[in-house]
Order: sequence, then C-alpha cells, then structure tokens
Amino acid sequence: MTPPRKKKMNLKQRYALMTRGLDWETSYQKMDDVFPYDTFEGIKITDWSKWEDPFRLTMDAYWKYQGEKERKLYAVLDSFAQNNGQLGISDARYVNAIKLFLTGVTPLEYQAHRHFAHLGRHIRGVGPRVAAQMQSLDELRHAQTQIHTISHYNKYFDGFAEFPHMHDRVWYLSVPKSFFDDACTAGPFEFFTAISFAFEYVLTNLLFVPFMSGAAYNGDLATVTFGFSAQSDEARHMTLGIEVIKFMLEQHPDNLPIVQKWVDKWFWRGHKMLGLVAMMMDYMLPKRIMSWKEAWEIYFTEAGGALFEDLSRYGLRVPKYADIATEEAEHISHQNWAIFYQYTQAAGFHTWLPTDEEMAWLSEKYPNTFDKYYRPRFEMWREMEAKGERFYNNALPQLCQTCQIPMGYTEPGDPGKIGFRSTEYKGERYHFCSDGCKDIFENEPEKFAQAWLPVHQIFQGNCGGADLGDVLKWYHMDNGADNLDYSGSPDQQQWDAWQAARKKVAN
Amino acid sequence: MAVIALKPGYAEAVEFRDRKENFHGNQVVYLHWEEHLSFCSAIAFPLPPEMPFGALIEELIPTYYGMHPDYQSVNWEQVEWKIDGQSSTPDMSKSLADNGVGHKSLICFRTPGLNGYRGSCS
Repeated sequence: MTPPRKKKMNLKQRYALMTRGLDWETSYQKMDDVFPYDTFEGIKITDWSKWEDPFRLTMDAYWKYQGEKERKLYAVLDSFAQNNGQLGISDARYVNAIKLFLTGVTPLEYQAHRHFAHLGRHIRGVGPRVAAQMQSLDELRHAQTQIHTISHYNKYFDGFAEFPHMHDRVWYLSVPKSFFDDACTAGPFEFFTAISFAFEYVLTNLLFVPFMSGAAYNGDLATVTFGFSAQSDEARHMTLGIEVIKFMLEQHPDNLPIVQKWVDKWFWRGHKMLGLVAMMMDYMLPKRIMSWKEAWEIYFTEAGGALFEDLSRYGLRVPKYADIATEEAEHISHQNWAIFYQYTQAAGFHTWLPTDEEMAWLSEKYPNTFDKYYRPRFEMWREMEAKGERFYNNALPQLCQTCQIPMGYTEPGDPGKIGFRSTEYKGERYHFCSDGCKDIFENEPEKFAQAWLPVHQIFQGNCGGADLGDVLKWYHMDNGADNLDYSGSPDQQQWDAWQAARKKVAN
Repeated sequence: MAVIALKPGYAEAVEFRDRKENFHGNQVVYLHWEEHLSFCSAIAFPLPPEMPFGALIEELIPTYYGMHPDYQSVNWEQVEWKIDGQSSTPDMSKSLADNGVGHKSLICFRTPGLNGYRGSCS
C-alpha cells in the first residue's frame, strides 16, 4: 500500500516556517547577551514582530532564482570572450571607467557582503535578520560576478590586475574605502541607514544607472549583462532600505532625531563619494548618456524630493545641505576630473583633456559654470601640453579629514574660492572641504580623528618611501602602464594597432 | 557631541593618527595660492618648524607653483599672506614657528592683480 502523500505547503506557510518559524527566545542565556549590538545606538524597538518582511523569499527559492540568473550571465560572458567583445567598445578610453568601478566599487560589494553577514547574525528581530542574510549573499554574488565580468578586460588592458591591493592603499581609493569602513564600524541601525537607505535607496540610481547605461552606450555588453543580473537584487535592497527607516520611525518617537542625524550624515557622505561617478559620466565616457547635473535633477531632486515628502509624515526632513549638494552638481565633475588630470602620475587609470567636441557638450550641459570657470583651466593645460610642458601637480594635496578627497571644492556661491573649514579637537587642528564634512567630524570627533589620510601616511613614512616611485611600487601600480595620460599609453597603442588591423582586413 | 560607542572607554583609548610626534620632527604645513585653482587644492608639506619663512618663496613656491603662467609676474612685496585665516605680515628671516605656523597650519597667499589664467581663477 502506498503511504498517503504529504500535503504540500503553500507559499505563505513555507515562508512563515522558513523565516520567522526558525526563531526562538533564548532560555538559559539573556537575549541581550546573545544580541549585544542592537541597543547601544539608542534606537528603541518595542515590537520586532511589526517588521514587514519586504522580500517574501525563502532560501530555497533564493538559490533557484539566483542559480538561473547566474547561468544566463555566464553564457553571455562566455560569448563576449569568444567573440572578442573588447573590440566592440566605443573607444579604449571607456575602459578607464571600468577600472574605476573595479578598484572603487567592487571591493565595497565584498565589504557589504561581510557586514550584512554580521547583521544576519546580530539583529534580534528575525525578519530583518533573514533579509540581511540574503543581502549578504547577494553582495558576495555581485562582487564575484563583477570580478568575473571585468576579468576579460584584464587580459587586454592595464590597471585592473591589482584591484584589491589598490583599494586598500591608493590615495583616492581611500575615499570609497573609508566611506564603507565608517559604515561597518557603526552600529547595526546606522549601517542600515547608511547603506540600505541613504546609499541603496536614495542614491543608488546615481551609481548604477550611469555605469550600466554608460556600458550600454559604449558597447560593453558584458557589464550591461552583469547590471541586469544585479537589478532584481537591487530592487530587494531598496525595499529593505525603506522598510528599515519606516520601522525605526514607527517603533518609537525617540528614534527620529537619531535617524535624522544619520540621514544627514550619510546623504552628505554619499554625495561626496558619488563625485567620482559624476566625473566618470561627464569626462570618461566616450559616448555620453546625460550630464551629472541632469542625473542629479532626475534621481535626487525629483525622485528624492518625492521620497522625503512621503517620509515627512514621520517627521523626517530632507537631508541637511541637500541645497548645497544640488549647487555642487554644477561643479563637482569638473573639479574632480581636474584633480585626476593633475595627479595622473599617481592614478590607476588614464586621463586626458576633453576634445573640442567634448568641451562644446560640457558648455551646453553646464551653461552657468563650464565656460566661465572650467574651460579656461582645460585650455590653459592644452596650451601647456602643446608646448611640451604638460601640467603636473608635483606636491601632495591637502585632504578633507572626513571624506578624504583633496580639498578642491569651492565656496558655495563663489566658484573662484576654495572652501576651507577647520576645527580644533583636543588641541589639534582638523581640516574639511565643507560644512557637511565638518559637522560629521564634530558629531564623532573620536572616530574621525583616527582617519588614515593617505597624504599624511606618506609623510609619516608608512607607504613604501618618500618618492613617487616608491609609493607607486607600494600601491602595486605599474609606472608607465597603469598611470599617466591615455595618449601614449600601452592601452592606446594596442587599441590603435587593433583598429589599424581591422581596417586592413576591411580593405 | 561625542561618539556613541559600544565599548566602555572607547573615546579615551583612541589613537589619533596625525599627531605632530608621528612626523619625524617635521610638522605638516598646507600652502595655497588663492585664485589659482588649476592647483586643485592647497598642497601639503612636512616641514621643520625652524625652517625660515622665506624658504617658501625661495624654494617651495618656485618648485611647485613656478609652472603657472602668472608666476613670473608675482611681485612678492605686494603679496598678501594669511596664516590660519588671519592676515599676517610674515618675517621672512624668522622661522615658520616664530611666524605662528604650527602643525597642520594653512598658509594662503594672494597676488593682487593676478587672478589666474585669463582672470578665470584657474
């Protein structure tokens, strides 16, 4: 006789059993000892069961979906490699945007994996704990698939090979690195606010849309495919971000001022870090999608405006200095590209001056600022290049104690003047690029006084030596190949040779 | 405001990375030529506090700012100096320390009449 078949559970039952059903109250250990991290920040949670699970996904379903996406992605990557996809990109200058992504962003995916794993253990409520566990796996998958996707370019172009090493050491990569270190060394609720809300919800479109559309416009099918494969995960991450904020604000009125302070802080930190993306959009893509200023208007001013209007019912207001950030959208890409142009000797990607056509595009997109402040700068450098006196800044820049970017940002309302800010803490001076960065320091001086500022570390003798050559060696930067101008680089020579060979075949 | 930390005594145990003692007898000094923003930011140097202020004009500025087209036209008699935001008339023969330049001080100089390439502050 056949045994009666067990009744199959429906999705809802499975979901309940495999998420919340896995939780229990401890009996012989205190809950506070088992979960030591989730109270010290002062966030008050009265009822964890009020958490709305945004994912509605169980681990077995997760494996299945991700496995399918993975198979599709790797099929495309294989065909990209077999068909010499690197020949189909718009121009070899484009590859430098991908170098910036691999050295600056991919290691953050890995850090996010690690920290979400930590939260997946240490959050008392089972709902957010399961969500964090899945996001942890997503982030690991993103790091891995990015590395695999971009490894194809590493076969043909410089600047990729030492990416994890560079991320830990190179001066400008301390900007994304210290941003994430700041989040990971915060408590769990601040991390959620920083990464899940401020970054993944409010600002994520300003990172992923430019890179993925940039890839599509410039013939980089591999990166586009990776982007599609990550997209459904990102939607889940955004949902987690908004859910965390609402949950904290609904749980206790005392949470509002704490959350507001974090939103202010992480909006400002995100804005400064995304300046690297701004520069990539306006200067590094041979075929441009839209200007940074346009992207800022669509994704922050409009979309962010609607979001904060929605959140105002909880008492949350638009992040402090959002108006300043919006004004800076007229300047930040030009100022950042100028930084990299003059420090090209220490950059892990190539730089160049915009062509006439590109400058015309910048004039059109930035009618208030480009011709007045930035065109003359590039024209001066162009004249110097023509005379064989290419402009290099041979001294090291003053860095902001908080964001660690060279202090090259101008005073709000006065683009001819650097905005200097400073404060004293325990008898020592600290310098900042902006009021936003100064406020962040003053809220937690003990934390930011420990900043590992690359320039000061070089002076202290901790970066391989005092000469540029010593420091580049310590960075694992191949002098003459990874750095300097695109013009005359091995990347360019090879690209030109490929183009010449193709012409020959065509004739 | 102070940091909210999980570990008791965190704030007292913090090690500040950029104390003067860590710079082998030097102090960090930042130098900035106003209205010449083709130099993207102030530039940083580890300098002995006993270095004469005049060495800035004789050595550092020509080496690091000399390539700017405005540089040759600078009249050093007319230059306006600021040390940590305060207007100052430095004594060129005296040391940085005697002129009030400390660890992580910012020295700004303005060159009246010279405001960057084609007057663009670049």
